[in-house]
Amino acid sequence: MANLKIIVPVKRVIDYTVKIRVAGGKVETNNVKHSMNPFDEIAVEEAVKMKEANKAKEIVAVSIGPAKSQETLRTALAMGADRAIHVEVADADTVNPLQVAKILKGIADKEKPDLMILGKQAIDDDAAQTGPMLAGLLGWPQATFASKIQIDEAAKGATVTREIDGGMDVIQTPFPFIATTDLRLNVPRYASLPNIMKAKKKPLVKVKPSEYGVDLTPTLKIVSVAEPPTRKGGVKVDSVDALIDKLKNEAKVL
Amino acid sequence: MMASLSLRPVLARPSLRLASAFHGAGQRHASTLLYVDHKNDKIAGGTLNAVTAAQALKGPVTALVAGGAPDAVAAAVAQIPGIEKVIVAKHEAYAHGLAETLAPLIKAAVEAGKFTHVVAPHSSVPRSVIPRLAALLDVSPISDITAVESENTFRRPIYAGNAIATVESSDPVKVITVRSTAFEAAPTSGGKAATEPAASASTETSTKWLSEEIAKSDRPELGAASVIISGGRGLKNGENFKILYDLADKLGGAVGASRAAVDAGYVANDMQIGQTGKIVAPALYIAVGISGAIQHLAGMKDSKTIVAINKDPEAPIFAVADYGLVGDLFEAVPEMTKKL
Repeated sequence: MANLKIIVPVKRVIDYTVKIRVAGGKVETNNVKHSMNPFDEIAVEEAVKMKEANKAKEIVAVSIGPAKSQETLRTALAMGADRAIHVEVADADTVNPLQVAKILKGIADKEKPDLMILGKQAIDDDAAQTGPMLAGLLGWPQATFASKIQIDEAAKGATVTREIDGGMDVIQTPFPFIATTDLRLNVPRYASLPNIMKAKKKPLVKVKPSEYGVDLTPTLKIVSVAEPPTRKGGVKVDSVDALIDKLKNEAKVL
Repeated sequence: MMASLSLRPVLARPSLRLASAFHGAGQRHASTLLYVDHKNDKIAGGTLNAVTAAQALKGPVTALVAGGAPDAVAAAVAQIPGIEKVIVAKHEAYAHGLAETLAPLIKAAVEAGKFTHVVAPHSSVPRSVIPRLAALLDVSPISDITAVESENTFRRPIYAGNAIATVESSDPVKVITVRSTAFEAAPTSGGKAATEPAASASTETSTKWLSEEIAKSDRPELGAASVIISGGRGLKNGENFKILYDLADKLGGAVGASRAAVDAGYVANDMQIGQTGKIVAPALYIAVGISGAIQHLAGMKDSKTIVAINKDPEAPIFAVADYGLVGDLFEAVPEMTKKL
């Protein structure tokens, strides 16, 4: 069983450190720094670790998005993925997680992986849906919010620790299954310059969503995007006494 | 209503023929299935807030309680005013919140009851179950809503709460999870719903639940606390969190943490507040030694009153704090505990 085939879907999103701007009813994405969704970096790292531990033989990175998603795939290749599939769509924002899950199902049907590791959510739409939807479409078990994945070769499956409200639980599942990553799963590596150079030579194929027979008409439409209400600037107090006084007499929360 | 839908040809589903043949498909009234999250015989995870969101859809609300021993929770749910019916699914396969068995169960209930909406709290079990259910129903789920504008239009935060999207669903069944802090909790007495067994569904799964480890605490649950004291990297170590616990105990509050404090190993994961942790909105949030990164603000900026105690006057947390105290937390917090 030391020959798992792992697919890791990755998404190109606005970098997590960027303070986003809302203009004209949408989030400004032009000329804004993008990078790999942080939860997806953790997914790639976990797959690469499994390969380094001789549990996995091949890692395939997949991204669905515009041409620039190829940069995200190159990052995954530089981290240690073996090859990449780019499903090209003009504007990733118009593709709902349901369609993403259907395309990924098409890829899974063809590639027949043992395991697919996804981030638990993308930090742009914050939907947290694609992993469990994909598991549902495939009829596979799902291990969501994983903070530890132990491959159990004898059992032809894995034992997964999941973050749940109030603590954690442990489940056991056979291959093939879907895992989604919690932040706690690992600390992703930085791609080294030699590996970035090597990644340029790794195979990257471009496909169209139509190859998987997926209808891209979204049934969930963004009508508008607005800025959240801003908080009024507060005051600074100079002592604990003044703070307690404000909380008691002004805010009346104590 | 729903001008965009009225442009479509009327394609009446068999179940709707009478209601919709003359009025268009948009006239179908909402009827909602509420998924009840529960643990240890108690209604949990913002379910009471989800009840309020379900009622905003204006149709009748039926609750689904599934579990290994769901009877006590079902009896409690039957007391919630506005719940018309409680359907109960009792089976060991539902005992541990596994999506593999719960999603088909909810799907069978939706089909049996011809529900137009499924509403659940955005807590950890539904976050795994609801998208899987949506995939089985072939619809796009709508996560973590903060407002109901109409039966097909909802608001939800995106980009860690830095933008609010208004989304419209044209799916036949709207599958929704609800941000608990955006809706009031429903009352827990005064209702008198009848209970009945759920439609049967396959309980087969190859996933085995082995064990769990739940952090024990005498303090209120983070999601339900009206006062939260939260610590960050400025606390320097886990032992120093004691000064926050002392203040929390004085105020009857809960203690939370920033991701920095969790990653540094000061406290357990389940205390983390932020985009990747819990979303809270207490009456009073006291951020101690927390700089206020975007990801942390995403989890607490809807708190009614925010206090920041930080020695760095430039910390971004001061931009959202109603009251800021620039100073040494190791002096200020014990002083506050003493003086309250």
